Amino acid sequence: MNAPTKLTPADFATDQEVRWCPGCGDYAILKGVQKTLADIGASPDNTVFVSGIGCAARFPYYVNSYGFHTIHGRAAAFATGVKLSNPELDVWVVGGDGDSLSIGGNHLFHLLRRNVDVQYLLFNNEIYGLTKGQYSPTSRVGTRSPSTPQGSVDQPANALQFSLGAGARFVARGIDISQKHLTEVLTRAHAHKGASMVEIIQNCVVYNDGAFEQFTAKKTAAETQIAVEDGKPLLFGKEKDKGLRLDPKTLTLEVVTIGENGVTEDDILVHDEKNRIIAGLLARMSAPEFPVAIGVLYCDPVESYESGLLGQVEAEESRHPGAQLNNLLRDGNTWTVGD
Amino acid sequence: MEGSVASSGSPDSQRKQIDSVVVRFAGDSGDGMQLTGSQFSSAAALAGNDLATFPDFPAEIRAPVGTTFGVSAFQINFGSRVIKTSGDQYDVLVAMNPAALKVSIANLREGGLVILDSGSFTERNLTKAGYAADPRQDGSLAQYQLMEIDISSMTLDVAKPLGLSQKEALRCKNMWTLGLVYWMYDRDPQPTVDWLQGKFGGKAPEVAEANIAALKAGHAFGETAEISGEATKFTVGQAEIEPGEYRLVQGSEALSWGLLAGTQLAGLEMLLASYPITPSSPVLHVLAGLKEFGVVTFQAEDEIAAVCAAIGGSYAGKLGITASSGPGVALKTEAIGLAIATELPLIVVNTQRAGPSTGMPTKTEQSDLYLSVYGRNADAPMPVLSVRSPGDAFDTAIEAVRIATKYMTPVTLLSDGYIANAAEPWLIPDMTTYTPFPKEKRTDPEGFHPFLRDPETLARPWAVPGTPGLMHRIGGIERDYDSGNISYEPANHQKMTDARHQKIDQIADDIPEQDVELGAPGGKLAIVGWGSTYGPINRGVSNMRDQGYDVSHIHLRYIWPLPRNLGELLRSYDKVIVAEMNTGQLRTLLRAELLVPAEGLNKVSGQPLKIVEIEEAIQQSLPQAKAAE
Ligand SMILES: Cc1ncc(C[n+]2csc(CCOP(=O)(O)OP(=O)(O)O)c2C)c(N)n1
Ligand code: SF4
Ligand SMILES: [Mg+2]
Repeated sequence: MNAPTKLTPADFATDQEVRWCPGCGDYAILKGVQKTLADIGASPDNTVFVSGIGCAARFPYYVNSYGFHTIHGRAAAFATGVKLSNPELDVWVVGGDGDSLSIGGNHLFHLLRRNVDVQYLLFNNEIYGLTKGQYSPTSRVGTRSPSTPQGSVDQPANALQFSLGAGARFVARGIDISQKHLTEVLTRAHAHKGASMVEIIQNCVVYNDGAFEQFTAKKTAAETQIAVEDGKPLLFGKEKDKGLRLDPKTLTLEVVTIGENGVTEDDILVHDEKNRIIAGLLARMSAPEFPVAIGVLYCDPVESYESGLLGQVEAEESRHPGAQLNNLLRDGNTWTVGD
Repeated sequence: MEGSVASSGSPDSQRKQIDSVVVRFAGDSGDGMQLTGSQFSSAAALAGNDLATFPDFPAEIRAPVGTTFGVSAFQINFGSRVIKTSGDQYDVLVAMNPAALKVSIANLREGGLVILDSGSFTERNLTKAGYAADPRQDGSLAQYQLMEIDISSMTLDVAKPLGLSQKEALRCKNMWTLGLVYWMYDRDPQPTVDWLQGKFGGKAPEVAEANIAALKAGHAFGETAEISGEATKFTVGQAEIEPGEYRLVQGSEALSWGLLAGTQLAGLEMLLASYPITPSSPVLHVLAGLKEFGVVTFQAEDEIAAVCAAIGGSYAGKLGITASSGPGVALKTEAIGLAIATELPLIVVNTQRAGPSTGMPTKTEQSDLYLSVYGRNADAPMPVLSVRSPGDAFDTAIEAVRIATKYMTPVTLLSDGYIANAAEPWLIPDMTTYTPFPKEKRTDPEGFHPFLRDPETLARPWAVPGTPGLMHRIGGIERDYDSGNISYEPANHQKMTDARHQKIDQIADDIPEQDVELGAPGGKLAIVGWGSTYGPINRGVSNMRDQGYDVSHIHLRYIWPLPRNLGELLRSYDKVIVAEMNTGQLRTLLRAELLVPAEGLNKVSGQPLKIVEIEEAIQQSLPQAKAAE
């Protein structure tokens, strides 16, 4: 092979015709991922995209790397097998909210709990796109869809709270249209050893257009989003004059304004990526009462699953070098019948 | 007939010479009957007998003590002749409590011996077993020989002084009984003594000591006590079997080793991904213990995840294997379809059990043939192989790996609960005599596309992630025959469907022609079987041939595709009977595929077929067979 030249985002594009609806948030995410792959110097030979089924799950066809478009809901399980087969591979999993949290909720839970070293990108459009617009497990109460003409009645799941509950060691959120921020988050996710969960807020222009407008609209984003950073006070707003304060009595967050009611910057909670409680509080904040938290909410690595498991295999291999099947078959009680 | 005590004893010896005998140890789940049985099996094997075992245990781990549904039994047929089954009936029944007697007595042959622990025949235990009256007194045991021994109190006498509690001491009952049976059949207790020492010696020396004392006491009891009845001391000589080195092997053990052997012969490494289920779990357990061979085992969160991880494993270059039983395989079907569509190697082991649904998890059946051959959405063909005995599982597993890797296809390997748990003496294979079938992976980017077929095998190249220059995308969406890219072209779908079919069908050219196990091609009657019915069919046919009946035994390893000559072979008989433990699944398949008017001998009771059932079917089919000679 030629000497490695630095690849550009375009090098990570394939010749396949992209089949998302014009204006779909998935295009922006694809761009963000291709940019990230170029930024981190990913090798297409060694990179694998695994997906389930859904609009989001078409993703691997459009990335110039190895790709496996599997079956609905099971991408996490396939990815686990890929890592156990070859832990050197850099594995990204892509799934929609239905793929990941409905049919695939069980597998996602276990992937996170086990801490398999993959990046899991959950494209949350709060709807079933591919099957034409039914409500999903992340749809808000009252969502009208072909299957819920009177509005949905069940409580939605929060992807990041679910992940924290499952024991994920890296939990982050990005937004399709916030390209620069998304690339930073993806770069962090990639650097994390173990399962990295990234929820990506994604607009489905056809079946759920504007679902996130309240906090994604560019004009008001500064007031409706909070980009969290480790070790920094949780401030937001155009003037960075708003912040989050922890009420120690109720263990809840409240939005306060510096300079009002005697609030100073010292009152503002400082983000600590290793603090699972803070991550949980940030994960559940929703508009309009709260700014929506984006960035790395939680990052506290421990040994990954495949490293632990394959470590046991290696240890046994070195304890019994050159193990022979013929010896195994003759281990224990044997007897010889003479000629 | 196998399973009967044929007395050919020399009058001068004290011990009566017999050529085979069936013993059934039955007791409460907590009585250690499986352990007793497997120790006795080892002793029989070490003494040079041929043997077959049948562990028959309840589904409940700890059923209420003393109940009939808590009875656990272990049956062994051993002899100086070739043994094919664990025996239709037993000659000796060891019953550790009334419940064990109640559930097992029906299959004791007339005149057979019952050894029972009188210490357990209390009012309470009799009631729990559902006896209205004490069977020892109401004449219901009149047609048997009865040996009543207070095993409980004799065990307590030796075990308790060694520092065990009453309860712990009583647990040594099984060893006392084993000691007695060792004496009856002139078996050396020493290997069991060594085994007890190894098992408990380090951690609980007093437990080892008490069990050894009980074992010796039982043995001594036989030697010194006056045991009544005609037949209590026997010799069972060595069987005439092929020379070589032997061991006992259980079906799930041999199958697991075979999978590893196949993986090595293919030059690959194994990823086994499974979810526990009876009676398949031992495959996961055995392989989890073989890490020194580079085996990676993954206990997934469910059967779907298991098969998906196995496929992911194959995609990334190891050989993915998943092992389960009917209910679990049902869950895997969608993913198996993906492996068929993406043409990746995969082994699906199905250790069948009685169903439908949960059915009877610990009981055997052969009712997943339809599931294996037909049980997927759409046109999704894949090879299906079946294992006939514990030892055969080794070679059939190797064959499954050969086919899966050579043709880039999932393969189902069918076993069943009987084979999984049964043990038999096994002529240990020598791996150096097997021909390797190394599987090459694609590395050359020149002219590569992921569905470019080998013109001969029709297999696509195996191009694994990490290979420079071979980046590509695969998935469940139909793909173009010529480029491998997504395609919804009508003509292409037809072509790909045909190609997938043809690839599997032509495997028939790469497997042996069907042979006749016993008898010859052509004749009045063929009994056709597959899987664990091998033993009873073979013995039944052999017995009837000895009596002059024109009957042959044909046993299939390849269920899909079928051997090329099978149709012609079956048509060479006047009549074909398919004997199987389901309502006629292979029969339907043979009728549909080969247009032969096969009839069925079907049994679905959770119990193995009996020799006598085969014999009766032959007799009914060939009333004047003897005259035909
Ligand atoms: C076993 C199975 N059940 C159902 C489907 C149909 N199906 C395909 S995608 C999908 C939901 C897609 O929603 P989501 O995961 O949110 O992805 P999106 O299309 O919104 O990106 C469903 C129900 C399927 N392909 N397979
Ligand atoms: S349906 Fe929605 S999610 Fe799917 S491609 Fe169209 S816009 Fe995107
Ligand atoms: Mg969706």
